[in-house]
Amino acid sequence: MSAITHFFEIFTGSIDVFLDGLWITIKLSVVSLLIAFIIGLFFAILKISNIKILQWIADAYIWIVRGTPLIVQIFILFYGLTDILLIPMFWAGAAGLAFHSGAYIAEIIRGAIQSIDKGQREAGRSLGMSRGLTMRRIILPQAFRRAVPSLGNQFIIGIKDSSLVSFIGMQDLFGVASTMGSNSFDYLPYYLTVAIYYLLIVLILTYVVNLTEKKLARSD
Amino acid sequence: MDTLNNQEMIKVNKLNKSFGNLHVLKNINLTVKESDVVVLVGASGSGKSTLLRCLNFLEIKNSGQIIIEGEQIEKDTHDLNKIRQKVGMVFQHFNLFPHMTVLQNVIEAPIQVKKQTKQEAIEEGKYLLEKVGLGDKYDVYPSTLSGGQKQRVAIARALAMKPDVMLFDEPTSALDPELVGEVLATMKELAEEGMTMVVVTHEMGFAREVADWAVYMHEGKIIEVGSPNELFDNPKEKRTQAFLSSVL
Repeated sequence: MSAITHFFEIFTGSIDVFLDGLWITIKLSVVSLLIAFIIGLFFAILKISNIKILQWIADAYIWIVRGTPLIVQIFILFYGLTDILLIPMFWAGAAGLAFHSGAYIAEIIRGAIQSIDKGQREAGRSLGMSRGLTMRRIILPQAFRRAVPSLGNQFIIGIKDSSLVSFIGMQDLFGVASTMGSNSFDYLPYYLTVAIYYLLIVLILTYVVNLTEKKLARSD
Repeated sequence: MDTLNNQEMIKVNKLNKSFGNLHVLKNINLTVKESDVVVLVGASGSGKSTLLRCLNFLEIKNSGQIIIEGEQIEKDTHDLNKIRQKVGMVFQHFNLFPHMTVLQNVIEAPIQVKKQTKQEAIEEGKYLLEKVGLGDKYDVYPSTLSGGQKQRVAIARALAMKPDVMLFDEPTSALDPELVGEVLATMKELAEEGMTMVVVTHEMGFAREVADWAVYMHEGKIIEVGSPNELFDNPKEKRTQAFLSSVL
């Protein structure tokens, strides 16, 4: 019983610091996933282009991201960006996460684009729409609808992966938990606390994704 | 279009098309004059759909000439997007845009491609939907329509670009039998208004009633051309006879 009260005391007593960490986690996730989405869209379009060299560039990027651990990517980008280019830590962390998620998002978007019936492209082209216009107005809106569940899943993974930036010294949610834990040698309550924060974030995001799915389904 | 009256709308000379090693169209020659309604008939795999798709450059020919309204069109020297605006296409599977309402489907290309104002496009779109008998369906999504209604929206969508020629690729083949009539009636009305039409179809009744010319294709070649009654009642070629006896 006392263990539970002890945990409850730590949970309530640490709300201030964890809210600071939460704010960093949210900022970092939103910024990195927005950038990742743009990167993903860009490389998805390279991959479906008919130009070999562009496809190779996209393949190489995806290969590098898939072939190395995220923590290695974060460290390389952190030391590369902050030491050489003198970029602030927050942006180095965001760049690392975006670089990573971008590859997975590229594959999700590419798959969604290719799943759209080719009759849609032909209908657009037969009306005199250019390739680009057909992609923008006909294919992509349908592809995004189809990709919402997978993108939502990838965003959830992205938010949880953002915890790794604590290893470059950022005081995000996980960074706060680590610091508090090692300062007090009372690790478990802080890690349980941080788990609850992540669960709540993911719960909210899942709800938003489901809502979006329902809203977009009205044309089906 | 008055100046082109009875002029050649589409002329095809020695057209060849291959997919890899498969030679699908072999030295096709075809002339379609203004206001002509031409039906292409033949077994599946005879190349009739490919021929139609070459005419609005969804497939690019390997050799030969395609002359539209007197101008020889080449992929490298012409803006195919411009050509396709003159040559409307209706597909077997409708290919309506599922994320847009019926009216949005119709006004999309006029606004995006022809740069019509939204108001103007909506006005014309509503008129066209009225015309194909779907005046009460502007705001619904295509998924709520029957196949026949979808195809009539597709026809309205193609007409919204004010094409000079309309191509129909088996427009009733994906429809339940009881829905075929409403689409054919729309097409017939269009033909009576003088629209130039090339139609790939298995509807021999429609061909007889509406078409000026019937073209029989077999294994990538045009075997026989004639008025529908001539071609269907007194085919000269053995292969035409064999085909007709299998479908009539």
